[in-house]
Amino acid sequence: MTEFFQSLGMNYEWAWFTATIAGILLIALPLMLAVAMIIYVDRKVWAAINLRRGPNVVGPFGLLQSFADGLKVFLQETIIPSAANKGIFLLAPIVTFTVALLAWAVIPFDAGVVLADINVGLLYVLAISSLGVYGVVMSGWASNSKYPFFSAMRAAAQMISYEVSIGFILVCVVLFAGTFNLSGIVAAQQQFGLGIINAYVVHPLIFPIWVMFFISCLAETQRVPFDLTEAESELVAGYQTEYSSMSFALFWLGEYANILLMCSLNTVLFFGGWLPPLDIDLIPWFDVPGIVWFLLKTFFFFFMFSWVMATVPRYRYDQLMRLGWKVFLPLSLGFVVVISGYLMATGHYGAAA
Amino acid sequence: MIQIIAFYLFAALVIASAVMVIMARNPVHSVLWLILAFFNASGLMVLVGAEFIAMLLLIVYVGAVAVLFLFVVMMLDIDFAELRAGFIANFPLGIAIALILAAELIFGIGAYQAGQLDLGVADGRASPMLEASNTANIGALLYSDYVFLFEAAGIILLVAMVGAIVLTHRKHPGGRRGHQDIGKQNRRNPDEATVMRQPEVGKGVEL
Repeated sequence: MTEFFQSLGMNYEWAWFTATIAGILLIALPLMLAVAMIIYVDRKVWAAINLRRGPNVVGPFGLLQSFADGLKVFLQETIIPSAANKGIFLLAPIVTFTVALLAWAVIPFDAGVVLADINVGLLYVLAISSLGVYGVVMSGWASNSKYPFFSAMRAAAQMISYEVSIGFILVCVVLFAGTFNLSGIVAAQQQFGLGIINAYVVHPLIFPIWVMFFISCLAETQRVPFDLTEAESELVAGYQTEYSSMSFALFWLGEYANILLMCSLNTVLFFGGWLPPLDIDLIPWFDVPGIVWFLLKTFFFFFMFSWVMATVPRYRYDQLMRLGWKVFLPLSLGFVVVISGYLMATGHYGAAA
Repeated sequence: MIQIIAFYLFAALVIASAVMVIMARNPVHSVLWLILAFFNASGLMVLVGAEFIAMLLLIVYVGAVAVLFLFVVMMLDIDFAELRAGFIANFPLGIAIALILAAELIFGIGAYQAGQLDLGVADGRASPMLEASNTANIGALLYSDYVFLFEAAGIILLVAMVGAIVLTHRKHPGGRRGHQDIGKQNRRNPDEATVMRQPEVGKGVEL
């Protein structure tokens, strides 16, 4: 895109600057639209599983429900509790929302279609997702209220616990791909399974770590069955209790943007990103643009997220901690050892040592 | 041009937020300023081309260490009057530390102006592989020439971790009340978990 702006007569630096801003808008604005629509999909899926109709009044099939909700929230009054720590109280939703958008900079939507093609892409995602906890902790503390504070404590412990095992799971993927660059990881998956399947997940050593990754994603984004930070029977609405109007909406948008991010990470790391499922030209699916495959796979994972939400009851907090530290951590650590041994034994790294 | 703007932005923000860490009245604000300082420091790392170190700084310090700081500081019940009461008592110590720091700063600037230290000729071990990313460079050095130092650091951390666990872990002889055995909970089935009793009128039930 930089070349395009240069051809308009800008010098390199200004062209780069304009291209980056344009790229950010090209990702962020469709993402906001996607979040609005995905909330609608979420509610429709729960409704279908619960044998209800779901939103069906605003617009055709209720398609405009999210926009109506957004407009309603936008017109409401922002209430700041008098005992709250005002600066941090207002900063917290902004942090949540910004962090949820930041990580999208390194997600490759198609071959070469990525805002920042940096060679530590996966570490960047890990770093940014570890920042997500601050929005929750800050809002819980600044609200100066019991239940938000409990919720913040829970969220901090939960997200740190599951980040540890997510880190080890990502190490396994990096061992196979040999690079931290997300585009490189997708490219390494071409013809991975038996020479025709474009996905890491078909490997018998990777399938179990993908299952662990998916469950850790649920815990990391605080979705059911791990949504103990907003367990309504215990904590009212958790850290969002004292929030109203747009500050509440920012939490909501940030949460769903994070969920979409985790879905797209599942796609990129384990299911071949923008590549079609099989690497043989049976039907003309190489003519389908890569971004369509990427979005389809991401949507499939989102469907799995809401499927889980509609079917599984909530965990108890001690069970959550046990699963993170006593089951996932030793397992993922073991898989790092086994997978690196397997790769050395099968000569994956050949003469590179 | 953009690099220079970015450098001054990051550098100014690091210094400003570091000052605010000390100046902030509320310790939670101090920790949040500290996080901002870490963040901008990692921005500086990216500018000098050390993106791996920058990301590690974010993951380790911002993602884990600072969260624990925040966790502890948020739970503190701070009485500001009590904090200020200790001011006079600690004043001489504070002055002494300030003097030592000032002397070190002056000494450091003097040493810098006196010229470079003669470090001898580099043996070429640390020469970078120019074609590889700096993640690969760090890995190649860390696991070949410096592997013993690296493993020694790892063992020190392991000992520290074991020490912390030993210090805080408490054994409960005879089983703690309320201790949960997950295996036992999962093995329960409805037949043995519930019983039907039909007590006679006026008589209780033995549990």
